[in-house]
Amino acid sequence: MLLEAVLLTVITASTPLLLAASGELVAERAGVLNLGVEGMMIVGAACGFAGAFLSGSILLGALCGILGGAALAAVFALLTLGLAANQVASGLALTILGVGVSGLIGAGFVGQKIAGAPHLYIPFVTDIPFMGRVIFGQDGFVYVSITLIAGIWWFLYRTRAGLVLRAVGDNHASAHALGYPVLRIRALAVLFGGACAGLGGAYLPLAYTPFWVSGMTAGRGWIALALVVFASWLPGRLALGAYLFGAVTILQLHAQGAGLGVPSQLMTALPYLATIVVLVAISWARGRAGSPAPASLGLAFVPDR
Amino acid sequence: MRLVLERRNEQSVAVAVLSPLLAVVLTLVTGAVLFAVLGKPPLEALRIYFLDPLTEPWALQEMAVKATPLVFIAVGLSLCYLANAWNIGAEGQFLIGAVAGGGIAVATHGTGAGPWVLPAMLLVGAAAGALYALIPAFCKVRFGASEILVSLMLVYVAELVLDYLVRGPWRDPKGYNFPTTAPFDPVAVMPTFSEASRLHFGSVLALLVVIGAAVVLRSTLKGFEIRLVGAAPKAARFAGFDDKALVLVTFAISGALAGFAGVVEVSATVGHLQPGISPGYGFTAIIVAFLGRLNPVGILIAALFLALTFIGGEGAQISLKVPLDVTKVFQGILLFYVLACDTLILYRFRVMPAHPKAAHAA
Amino acid sequence: MDEAPTGEPPAPLLEAIEISKAFGDFLANDRISLAIRPREIHALLGENGAGKSTLVKIFYGLLQPSAGELRYQGRPIELRNPAQARALGIGMVFQHFSLFEQLTVAENVALGLDRATPLAGLPERVAEVSRAYGLALEPHRAVWRLSVGERQRIEIVRCLLQDPKLLILDEPTSVLTPPEVEQLFRTLRVLREEGRAILYISHKLDEVRALCDTATILRAGKVVATCDPRAESAQSLARMMVGGEVGAVRADSARTGGAPRLAVRGLTLAPDDPHGVRLDDIHLEVAGGEIVGIAGVAGNGQDELFGALSGERHARRADAIRIDGRDAGLLSITERRRLGAAFVPDERLGHATAPRFSLSENALISGHAASDMVRRGFIDRARMLAWVDRISEAYDVRKSRRDPEAFSLSGGNLQKYVVGREILREPGLLVVSQPTWGVDAGAAAAIRQALIDLARRGAAILVISQDLDELFEIADRLVVISGGRLSAPRLKRHADRSEIGLLMAGVGMRPRREGAHAARA
Repeated sequence: MLLEAVLLTVITASTPLLLAASGELVAERAGVLNLGVEGMMIVGAACGFAGAFLSGSILLGALCGILGGAALAAVFALLTLGLAANQVASGLALTILGVGVSGLIGAGFVGQKIAGAPHLYIPFVTDIPFMGRVIFGQDGFVYVSITLIAGIWWFLYRTRAGLVLRAVGDNHASAHALGYPVLRIRALAVLFGGACAGLGGAYLPLAYTPFWVSGMTAGRGWIALALVVFASWLPGRLALGAYLFGAVTILQLHAQGAGLGVPSQLMTALPYLATIVVLVAISWARGRAGSPAPASLGLAFVPDR
Repeated sequence: MRLVLERRNEQSVAVAVLSPLLAVVLTLVTGAVLFAVLGKPPLEALRIYFLDPLTEPWALQEMAVKATPLVFIAVGLSLCYLANAWNIGAEGQFLIGAVAGGGIAVATHGTGAGPWVLPAMLLVGAAAGALYALIPAFCKVRFGASEILVSLMLVYVAELVLDYLVRGPWRDPKGYNFPTTAPFDPVAVMPTFSEASRLHFGSVLALLVVIGAAVVLRSTLKGFEIRLVGAAPKAARFAGFDDKALVLVTFAISGALAGFAGVVEVSATVGHLQPGISPGYGFTAIIVAFLGRLNPVGILIAALFLALTFIGGEGAQISLKVPLDVTKVFQGILLFYVLACDTLILYRFRVMPAHPKAAHAA
Repeated sequence: MDEAPTGEPPAPLLEAIEISKAFGDFLANDRISLAIRPREIHALLGENGAGKSTLVKIFYGLLQPSAGELRYQGRPIELRNPAQARALGIGMVFQHFSLFEQLTVAENVALGLDRATPLAGLPERVAEVSRAYGLALEPHRAVWRLSVGERQRIEIVRCLLQDPKLLILDEPTSVLTPPEVEQLFRTLRVLREEGRAILYISHKLDEVRALCDTATILRAGKVVATCDPRAESAQSLARMMVGGEVGAVRADSARTGGAPRLAVRGLTLAPDDPHGVRLDDIHLEVAGGEIVGIAGVAGNGQDELFGALSGERHARRADAIRIDGRDAGLLSITERRRLGAAFVPDERLGHATAPRFSLSENALISGHAASDMVRRGFIDRARMLAWVDRISEAYDVRKSRRDPEAFSLSGGNLQKYVVGREILREPGLLVVSQPTWGVDAGAAAAIRQALIDLARRGAAILVISQDLDELFEIADRLVVISGGRLSAPRLKRHADRSEIGLLMAGVGMRPRREGAHAARA
């Protein structure tokens, strides 16, 4: 079943993007542009692998990935929220730092292997031809990522805390005037974003390819950032975008396998080129219809005393 | 008690000068802690990292050689960042410059072409870097697409272009199947100061670029325009400056300088094209630009310091057996401290009582 | 709300006792005492910078006093944040609304309520309250679609849903049309009859005399008087507010003649951003020697008109705007400056100047177009400094040193610098928006005098202002802007305030398209 195999791999390829982008969506909705997703992901990947390798538990590995991403996000929060530093530059610093830190952590694990995350198996149900494995035969991360994005939707649009978070991202001065703790809310959103990016990164060595390779995120953090723009900060469109991008990644792999005579580098470049094309198209379309980006996105906030 | 930020009435000039120094000191302290955690003697490690290279003549030359591409790129980036245009794809522009300029060397290999080859390489490399940088700039100006993400994506694309060429059409048939082009002919190599030295004339050009940028920023209307557009966009429009055109101009300049750095690097120190011709100069230059406070002279000093971390890192890898990634960690931490210390230029800290008491006036 | 009206004044609801607030060395509030009682509309009267906003922020828990005591219903209280103030029954409507553009009316209201309030059913309650107090609102509309008046109603409804005992309004009428002001006053009187206390911050004397029962007057951070405003004249209140007789600016009647120096013909321009106002068939002429004033409520196209006249945005036709007889509609702001035009936008920091640049570099912002500060692309710092000295000398700009950052100047001094920077260029045409907004009385008088003097020297001046008193003081002719359209001009001596007020509300203007008055705060 070629189509089933393709669908399975599309979902696997999409999951790290969806996880990381979900967290960034929340951070950006609160008005914080954290460009360090790539750094948080790669640290999450290294921590995740180290944790799983040492403990023998995928679950503990995932937890380590989450903590690694969140720890890096905490540094970012301290800098941009506590010290009102430039968010763009701080995000770049986070990525540079993350790549270095992941190398240090991962240095002892090069060439090691672990057993990847187990897949769900429900007798008979998973065996249903065609869609059985696609829906009921994934690893746990996949179900977590779907629950996560649904939960984010519910949080943003159905809870008071979500409303406050959107308000902080729309107009931090007004939110402050109404007595909401702008910086605390943003710090929590950034930490959540870091945790999600860490989990998304950890997915790579725990489920996608069960070993550690330095630089294994390969720009997925940046693509996750582009996905948030593509989604216009809407959770539903974010999920759609993540699966579309997963599909592009997988199709180029299959095309390479099929030997179309196109240089493999061109196929590998496809996700990056697709990102550019999508960014341009979305920005252009939005330029004509007014911007739904959180109005305070990327701006530092220092309350008057 | 808690600490809060309070806006300064005027920017502190003293802090502006001191903040990069403070950042460096804090990085060294953090580095000592890091080495201790890695189980290395902290002071000795710092000595190997930051002092030993300064005591050896070859290492000093090597510092200048490594600082050269950083200066070119960071000066260009500083113009962008001052104008609030975020080119973070200098690494890609560097590679494309190297590929385009190096392509001339490859094409003329063994043809006995004259001394025009090197100047042509430099020109073409700069032009290619500029064109490559204009892609994100155009997407930004015309469609409003994030120049940050587009320029970054193009880094990956540039790496793949280089990879394709040196594994495919440009591969040296005599290269034992290694992904590399044939070594450049002497006419395609940047001359060095002496037979034994690696210090080349590109470093002199880098100094000229620093002086030129300093003059432009301080004494010309264009420099004023760049600073004003970044600092107060609405005031810049009121002054009659075109912010969109400036995005194109600053991206083109920084792309040209990055491309130039790329072709200088392959021509002067690598001598052929291969994957991995840059140890991340395009990203390190971002740190250089900020550590130098987006000021050309500051960038010159900062580039020498960052070059030191590259050399010290190699030394430490050999004598201390620490991974090369320590250098990246250092660089990341340094940028963090720079950004943190810059806060003190606009703000000061004040201690606030946790719960202000409504005390009676005396 | 159960106290029966008696002859005795009811006990104070909120009392301030010797409240002081210092920002660094600056004492914004200096031992202020006042008492606000139930069933009272209490005016807090004072000039810009007198310390009114600081004081009410203390009452609302946004700022903490440096010294002094607050008492609420007789008990000492400490307000650490607005949530505490709200819990006690204190509500506040800000001058600059704390609204969220992308959220709906109901969501905005919800954000102002206590955490315990259930979100479900809120839209219905919003609709109910807005009906009960005559504050028309649609709960599900996004805020960015609303007019300024509607935005204010959200703030008021938000407060009323918490059933406040004390309602604080900070300069509520500065953004309203006269009919909207009338409606607001009716609502406030109803609230008073319900037994609530209202603290009404204003510098508009007529309003205070018409509405308020008590007035506390602040000057330079101190209480200078507490009185019954109905028993005072506007002149006596003004004296207390300003401290001395108000110096009147004297202008001769205009000596106009000859061709107009600014001629706008059929200027129509769609807004840049979706929240903006469309300029619709604007016709206007300003002759040398006269000052023409454009009155109007904020957000009716003033910003767009300024941008089109200055050249920050181009018109669609070259002859839509003519400066001294030359087609200028397609010229840049730099080219228009070279034709002898000069411009002063309403935003001092960020638009007219770069906050963190020195004054000399800020001189270059408009000076680079036509002056000797730039030669062959190189800037001459000595000449820039000399220019700063000239401006400071001529317009008495007070500053800490010779060439400080724009940010470090007080509002009045920076405004004098900005206006002086343009007038010293001796422009033939000056377009100035809100020349004295948020400026102390002394600086305002100096600026108005400078405008009149420039007109006497033969320049054409167009003043866009929301301050009707200012326009009546200095303008020779008045025009009203509403929904992106201009009324026919009126000579000042024939103009009647109530008629101008109606025009500002859009009454009597030519018919306009639906939605054209969508406005920004």
